[in-house]
This record gives sequence, C-alpha cells and structure tokens, in this order.
Amino acid sequence: MSPDKLSCEEVIEQLFTYLDGELDHVHSEAIGRHLEHCRDCFSRAQFEERLRQRIRESAMTQAPDRLRNRVKWLLDRY
Amino acid sequence: MPDPGSGKRGTDDRLERRILFEQEVVRLMDRLYGTALRLTGNPDDAEDVVAEAISKAWSSLDDLRDIQSMDGWLFRILNNTFVSFWRRRRTRDEVEREAVETSDAEGFSLFQQLHQPFLLWWGTPEQQFLNDVLQEDLQKALDSLPDGFRVVIVLVEVQGYTYDEVSGMLEIPVGTVRSRLSRGRALLQKALWKQASEAGLVQGRRRPDSDTRDMT
Repeated sequence: MSPDKLSCEEVIEQLFTYLDGELDHVHSEAIGRHLEHCRDCFSRAQFEERLRQRIRESAMTQAPDRLRNRVKWLLDRY
Repeated sequence: MPDPGSGKRGTDDRLERRILFEQEVVRLMDRLYGTALRLTGNPDDAEDVVAEAISKAWSSLDDLRDIQSMDGWLFRILNNTFVSFWRRRRTRDEVEREAVETSDAEGFSLFQQLHQPFLLWWGTPEQQFLNDVLQEDLQKALDSLPDGFRVVIVLVEVQGYTYDEVSGMLEIPVGTVRSRLSRGRALLQKALWKQASEAGLVQGRRRPDSDTRDMT
C-alpha cells in the first residue's frame, strides 16, 4: 500500500493493526490523516476502539472472597 | 571492608518489599482475577492461576530489581503461569475446534452488520449497540471463543502487549499471532452479533412492511 493516498479498503484492512499500535510511523500517520477526512472510516475506527474499550473493562471482575482468603493464607505461611 | 549497617539495610529492604507486595496484591486482586478469568474462561481455573502466580511471585520477590514496577512484573508472572497451565490442559480436541469454528466467521464485521441502510432509520445502531451491550454479554462472547484465539485477544486488547511480546510469551510466530487475532476478532464479533440478535438488542431486524401489514 502506498501511504500517500490510501483507499478506504486499504484503511479498513489495516485498521486493527493501526489500533494495536503495530504499524510503522509512516503508515500510521497516513491512516490517521485518512481518518481525519473520511467520515465512514472514522465511524468504523471509533466503533472498534469503543468496543475494545468495553472488552478491556470486562477484565475487571471482583475477585471472590474465597480467593482473597486463599491468597492471605498463602502469604501468612511464609 | 563490609559496611556494618548493610545487613540491617538488607533486612529492612526485604521487609519493605514484602509489605509493598502484600499491598499490591490486595490492590490488584480484582484485575489479576479478572484477567485470569478472561484468559482461562473458567472461575475455578482462574483462582488456581492467580494463587499459583502469587505464590511464584512471592518466592522470587528478591529477584525483582525495581519495586516500583511491581504491577507489570506481577502480570508477567500471571501470564507465564497461565501459559504453563494452558499447555498442560490444551487438548487435541481444542486445537481441532479452533480450525473448525473460525471457518465460517472469516472477515465478519459487527460494524458492517449494524451499519446497514434499513437499520440506520433507527439512528446510529452501532453507537446504540455499544451503549446497550452488557459487560456480561462481552464476557460470555469472549469465553465462548476457542482458547487459542481468546488468549491472544486478551493479551493484546486487554493487557496491551505487542505482537512480538505475545509471540515470545506463547512461543508462536508473529504471523500466527496476527492470524489468530484476526480470526478471533471475527469470531468474537459474530458471537456478539448472535447474542444481540437473540436478545433483541438490534432494532429494526423485522421486515420493513411488517408495521403496515394490518393497516389495510
């Protein structure tokens, strides 16, 4: 892909890699520029980013008391 | 000549580390458990992984150079403990399940499903979906994924590791990390779509003429 002028298809193809922060600087900047001007791709990027945020939040779960007691017991043994 | 105070300083340092360790474990417990739960997909396994990881971390506390980076260090130990646990548990059935289940989800996009002209009559369905989807829906969809895909998604999306780091942790090529992420995300989004459709979260899925059918 040429970073100078990207089609929407090329942006969507690379979108997750971009959101994962795994693109090199030049390609990442090119996608950022495209997203500033393309409403459709921007909506898609915003959706994927918010979905990822919700997934990240799903990793916060209250630990059961049983586990807290088990860990306390483990540490008290040392 | 040895410093006469160095022995005491060593003891103080160790005590300080131990106090800090206990405080950090209490502070991070929900995140440690939540992460283990998403990795294993099972509450009992998650508890075992967390307890084993804390025990390992405690035993190697003296190896930690910078006590300020204790949370990153604890999560690395948690992940390594999970990987060993997972290798022991992973069966041939599971590997075959991964190959079969992804074949019909290839390229599935939740956004594209939601962003269709007939749904757009109801405003912005993709934003509405994100507002309405429950934490437990996301957890259920994640837990439904075959292990190999779920683990890579949790490591990259939840914990923020790079592809290279995940490759090293799981001892798989970076290309495999990429393909599992891509297939795992498609599977996850398909599972969310299915759940949302069944729960009636996706409005306007009725036929366009259904409202007027009895008006004539």
